[in-house]
Amino acid sequence: MTDVSKTASVHTGGKTDKSRSHSVSPFRIIMGKLVRDPLALTGLVIVSILVLAAVFASVIAPQDPYDLAQLDIMDGRLAPGAESFTGMTYLLGTDDQGRDLFSAILYGLRTSILVGVASAAIALLIGAAVGLLSAYAGGRTDAFLMRVVDIQLSFPAILVALILLAVLGQGVDKIILALVVTQWAYYARTIRGSALVERKRAYVDAARSMALPDRRILFRHILPNCLAPLIVVATMRVAYAIMLEATLSFLGIGLPVTEPSLGLLVSNGFEYMLSGDYWISFFPGVALLILIVAINLIGDSLRDILNPRREG
Amino acid sequence: MSGYLFSRLLQTAVTLFVMSVLVFGGLHMVGNPVDVLLSPTATPAERLEVIKSFGLDRPVWEQYWIFLKNALTGNLGNSFVFNQPALDLILQRMPATLELAAAALLMALVLGIPLGIYAGLKPNGWFAKSIMTFSILGFSLPTFWIGLVMIMVFAVQLGWLPSSGRGDTVDVLGVPVSIFTMDGLAHLALPAFNLALFKISLVIRITRAGVLETMQLDFVRFARAKGLPEKRIVTVHVLKNTLIPLITVIGLELGSLIAFAVVTETIFAWPGMGKLIIDAIAVLDRPVILAYLMITVVMFSLINLAVDILYSVVDPRVRLEGN
Repeated sequence: MTDVSKTASVHTGGKTDKSRSHSVSPFRIIMGKLVRDPLALTGLVIVSILVLAAVFASVIAPQDPYDLAQLDIMDGRLAPGAESFTGMTYLLGTDDQGRDLFSAILYGLRTSILVGVASAAIALLIGAAVGLLSAYAGGRTDAFLMRVVDIQLSFPAILVALILLAVLGQGVDKIILALVVTQWAYYARTIRGSALVERKRAYVDAARSMALPDRRILFRHILPNCLAPLIVVATMRVAYAIMLEATLSFLGIGLPVTEPSLGLLVSNGFEYMLSGDYWISFFPGVALLILIVAINLIGDSLRDILNPRREG
Repeated sequence: MSGYLFSRLLQTAVTLFVMSVLVFGGLHMVGNPVDVLLSPTATPAERLEVIKSFGLDRPVWEQYWIFLKNALTGNLGNSFVFNQPALDLILQRMPATLELAAAALLMALVLGIPLGIYAGLKPNGWFAKSIMTFSILGFSLPTFWIGLVMIMVFAVQLGWLPSSGRGDTVDVLGVPVSIFTMDGLAHLALPAFNLALFKISLVIRITRAGVLETMQLDFVRFARAKGLPEKRIVTVHVLKNTLIPLITVIGLELGSLIAFAVVTETIFAWPGMGKLIIDAIAVLDRPVILAYLMITVVMFSLINLAVDILYSVVDPRVRLEGN
């Protein structure tokens, strides 16, 4: 049902832009359905809270974890709930340098989300452009581009990222680049698949017979109708990008120590875990887990909503 | 078929060449391995000698030409750190990684397929719903973190299983293997499960989706009408059709298991090639990085080829074409 109304609204919207405001936007329909799914709603609420916490990390955090003047090595490796000499309570304990873990997690969350979202957005833009071009051009261009995509996808993301980071070195920009390289192909393949189907639809013929320029047909007519699967892939990919970044940082080849993400925090606590100081690694991992589960809950629900085959 | 094989091999060769040029060039733009390897107190004369002995004084294109010539004779250069052939270093550690990946894959299939079938047959039952919730969790648990938690619980707190190394090994055809000793199995248990967790979820989901889809097809209805017992319908007709997507995924995932073993090996100090590459990246041991890349490209191409061939065996509708 929604599928029909959605495509209908976009089709008419393509002809005259003003008519779009009269029909219900497909995004509002999707959001409406998301909110009605309890699991997705939970995910949505959690993600919103975490994003807000990350954005306002410097306001919420009781301590600036990277201002060395605020750290006291005497407070090192305190258990959760312990108090410092100055009377501050360390809710989740401290790491080996006396850093409040709760504050460190808030700052780490900021880095993790930033890297995940930025890399997914750039990969989406590149992938969508390549996928659309591939589907629209067809022939040799299509065959060549899809061969590149196939080869790229036949290598696991972590391997590609590993080699790239070995070549590029550490840094936020570098890890974003590595994540983009490992991910653009997923978007390209997804959008090519749906664009190939859309290309054969009558509304594209109609647009062509009106002598609209190719670029306009591609971006104003075909692209909006390919968005649904792209949104699902993007949600899942953001979660994956965040996880991959954490993994690479854990391995010590992702982010530098000056900009710790959640993965690096887990890695820092690794050596103390065996001596029983579990919290240094444990809590950053829990934060990461909650973030990823929440995003995946939304993604899961989106897939069910946007997949017309399942609506039956 | 032979045309198909030829074009695939050609594609692998081109991929190998392009990757080697990119990585060789890239590795030359970052850092100087000599700075990492030499002690700060080394004299300029010692420095020059080391640079010369590694051949780093020549222009990049000439270094690449030498690398290429040697590579074609099976020599991928000597490790800067170990001063041994990089290829040997990797091949020595490869069995440990393959064993870990194979054990993880086996776990994923043995646990994932039955759970997936069940979830597909009774999608609305509470047990099926718990399976699916578990699978979302399995997707979301960061491998490295769950590995740490497993060490904390099973090795540190409970003391049931060892947390590092391979344990006792038995030589099979000159290759050390852990799975034939109790100690080795105990050492394998945690890392293999850690590596498998993500794949268990994946196998569950794919199997469930396949079963759900197949159960609605006409031939299942026909089989029922023919009076076949439900058990036979599921195990023969439905499962066979579910296998097709599963095989693709298994092929792809075997490669990804080998790659992700990097993480598990680091946590559980498993002496495989993943640990080697991480150490090599840290000290810019170029020959080892390059050799690792070459070997994995070849390995993955072979796996993908095997998957495509298996595909055409299981599903006769698939034709392999040479272009």
